[in-house]
Amino acid sequence: MKSICLYFQVHQPLRLRRYRFFDIGHDHYYYDDFTNESIMQKIVKECYLPANEILLNLIKTNNKNFKVSFSITGVVLDQFEQYAPEVIESFKQLASTGCVEFMAETYSHSLAGLNNNDEFKAQVKAHSKRIHELFGQKPKVFRNTELVYSDEIGKTVASMGYKGMLTEGAKHILGWKSPNYLYCNAINPKLKLLMRNYTLSDDIAFRFSEEGWNEWPLTTEKLVSWMNQMDEKEEIVNIFMDYETFGEHQKKKSGIFDFLKNLPAAILNSKNYEFITPSEAIKKYQPIAVAHVPHAISWADEERDLSAWLGNSLQDEAFTKLNELREDVLTLNDERINKDWNYLQSSDHFYYMCTKFFSDGDVHSYFNPYNSPYDAFINYMNVLSDFKIRINELMDARKKEAVNHEMQQKDRLIKQYEKEINKLKKQILQD
Amino acid sequence: MKVLMFGWEFPPHISGGLGTACYGLTKGLSKIDDLDIVFVVPKAYGDEDQSKMQLVGANNTHIKQVQEHIKKFKSKHTYLEVESELIPYNDPDEYYTFRDSKLFGKNKLFKVNKEGKLEFSGKYGSNLIEEIYKYAYVASTISMDNEHDVIHAHDWLCYPAGIAAKEISGKPLVVHVHATDFDRSGGSVNPKVFEIEKMGMDAADKIIAVSNLTRNIVIEKYGQDPDKVETVYNAVEPVTYEQKKTIKKGVKEKVVTFLGRITMQKGPEYFVEAANEVLKRTDNVRFVMAGSGDMLEKMVARAAQLGIADRFHFTGFLKGDDVFKMFEMSDVYVMPSVSEPFGISPLEAMQSNVPVIISKQSGVSEILTHAVKVDYWDIDALADAIYGIIKYDSLSGIFKEKGKEEVDNLKWTNAALHVHNVYNGAINSFL
Repeated sequence: MKSICLYFQVHQPLRLRRYRFFDIGHDHYYYDDFTNESIMQKIVKECYLPANEILLNLIKTNNKNFKVSFSITGVVLDQFEQYAPEVIESFKQLASTGCVEFMAETYSHSLAGLNNNDEFKAQVKAHSKRIHELFGQKPKVFRNTELVYSDEIGKTVASMGYKGMLTEGAKHILGWKSPNYLYCNAINPKLKLLMRNYTLSDDIAFRFSEEGWNEWPLTTEKLVSWMNQMDEKEEIVNIFMDYETFGEHQKKKSGIFDFLKNLPAAILNSKNYEFITPSEAIKKYQPIAVAHVPHAISWADEERDLSAWLGNSLQDEAFTKLNELREDVLTLNDERINKDWNYLQSSDHFYYMCTKFFSDGDVHSYFNPYNSPYDAFINYMNVLSDFKIRINELMDARKKEAVNHEMQQKDRLIKQYEKEINKLKKQILQD
Repeated sequence: MKVLMFGWEFPPHISGGLGTACYGLTKGLSKIDDLDIVFVVPKAYGDEDQSKMQLVGANNTHIKQVQEHIKKFKSKHTYLEVESELIPYNDPDEYYTFRDSKLFGKNKLFKVNKEGKLEFSGKYGSNLIEEIYKYAYVASTISMDNEHDVIHAHDWLCYPAGIAAKEISGKPLVVHVHATDFDRSGGSVNPKVFEIEKMGMDAADKIIAVSNLTRNIVIEKYGQDPDKVETVYNAVEPVTYEQKKTIKKGVKEKVVTFLGRITMQKGPEYFVEAANEVLKRTDNVRFVMAGSGDMLEKMVARAAQLGIADRFHFTGFLKGDDVFKMFEMSDVYVMPSVSEPFGISPLEAMQSNVPVIISKQSGVSEILTHAVKVDYWDIDALADAIYGIIKYDSLSGIFKEKGKEEVDNLKWTNAALHVHNVYNGAINSFL
């Protein structure tokens, strides 16, 4: 019997407004509320609400044999809360069925796992706390931003107590090996890895409505027939994709919702398949081999590496300059600073600065608010400059406060000593 | 004396220094008794300041005897059908659009609209050459309709118009060289533009150059008789009081500004390198590159590469009030032009009490005393000058005070008197 693991990523960037040089030092609000709200409302209507409703019905009609898993970023949860609280309610309904697993990730969909373990852990903790509060589940399996993974990141994740992690079944990592087994981390074998089957996943996520594709149109029967052709011994099929595939990347008129509605029945019809959540999968199966990933991989673009977010001089400069501020942010621990700090971490900002537009231009230009990567960089750096000014001002104020405090203490001491001296003087006079 | 003047743009519809200079000069000329100006631009919008002169838009000129003129025109101007893809002077605002779009398919015959008028865009667009010749064609009609004693054509875009007008009326032609293609291209001139420039200068009875630098180019590169060429320096419009709103700077640090088209001619790369040098020695400074152009992206990438992007800001193209705001926020203005025929912007900076550093390769350096002058390529000297002005208040104080005094004495009325003399010379030599 083969297990099918369905996992959906839910995220929407919090877009920055056009922040000009003239705003630096004057205006400390960085977000484009209008765009964020209108895009959010659109996707809520076209994707999140209808898709959630379908999933809820499917779970009910299939007697809880249909299972899915989600990872929802903190950034998108914040936006739901502000613009569409009904979406959180509908996810809560899904959570209450017991057939839906929520996974851990960084709060702000960040790249912190690549450069700072402490920051990474703090962000993951914040996210897990939020998920627990909302959905009553403590996440047991981790998925990093954009499925970014390396041996080192895996080690850190294992040290935080997670039993499993999701990543890309990248060809250059697996080679001849199949993604349809459980693997484990090369440093700490206790951490089990679920590898994305990118062929089947992308057949749905990218190619579903592509009429030029020789397999178009994709039907549930076709998908099942492909799975039937797989080697008998293969254990698990990991289908991971953006949740926005349903209704947003693939529009309603492409038939994607009907596909989703028919999927469980088509798969469960044959007795060879079952649906499984990631934590059930790592309990049920044993890893077949170690996955060696010395250099970070991701699920993005043709290269399946980090080059969508880091690597060109713009991205590296912005990322370095952001991370330099961490010490001060921690020292201040100011509510508003922390909030902006979190939002500025989002990998999306760096994604917009990507200059390798040619092979994956379609995905990159999707809801990209900027004309060019240079434009994105200029805007981000202006915001960062203002953020830094605020931090410096607060730090100065703190220092002044500290000095004042010290002075007051000294004043008090002086007064105390004076009193004692006077007392002693009196004693001497009396003697 | 009646002057028929051909320009390309007129405030408020300007995209370069040419419109500003034309406006200042005509205002100055209007103070001379017995001097009337008909100022012609390709496209009149209707909201221009016409208190000082009569503004004729070529787009509003009714064209008579269309057929006959076209025949005559085509026999005289065989060079009309230009095949080259030519964008010599982009409207910075539209830079991005032009870069992407396929260049125009050429119309070999001009289209006249229902009222017998030609359509003009009045922009530095991709079909500039066609516009120039359309303009020349209409100029002959305007020349017939408006009685005049002398013709004055500003820059190469208007030379063909000037020549056409002269052929009709037989009056002397003065061409005004605000820039040559040697300045714009850094030596590798566009042969088509050169041809038009040389044709205009050859046909002229007198040539006005905006600096000795330009005068030398006109004499040496275009083979003109030195007696025919006179230098008349530009001036600057005095700032009125209502414009003087105080703008609060958002940043504590000193602000060093580059403002202009970001093209090879303006030497932006020397500014970036000098900024890097200064930032190695002091923290208390920010650099701003205001403007747009084909080298913008390269400069953004360079700033990121040097790791100074948190202190080096880009504003994009600035218009009207924003330019003024930028000056108000600046502590030093830098114009490192590789080749600048004149350069009005340092004068505007000095009016706003901003010390200026200009390259020795600029025409304006011939008349300014209270400005730092460096070779454009000398990054060390440039960095040194910037550091000195932002570090030593006494130095910047004296530049502000003396510079303001100096620039307030540069008046368009003086330039206008000089131009008036040139007119007289042209008329006399013609008799």
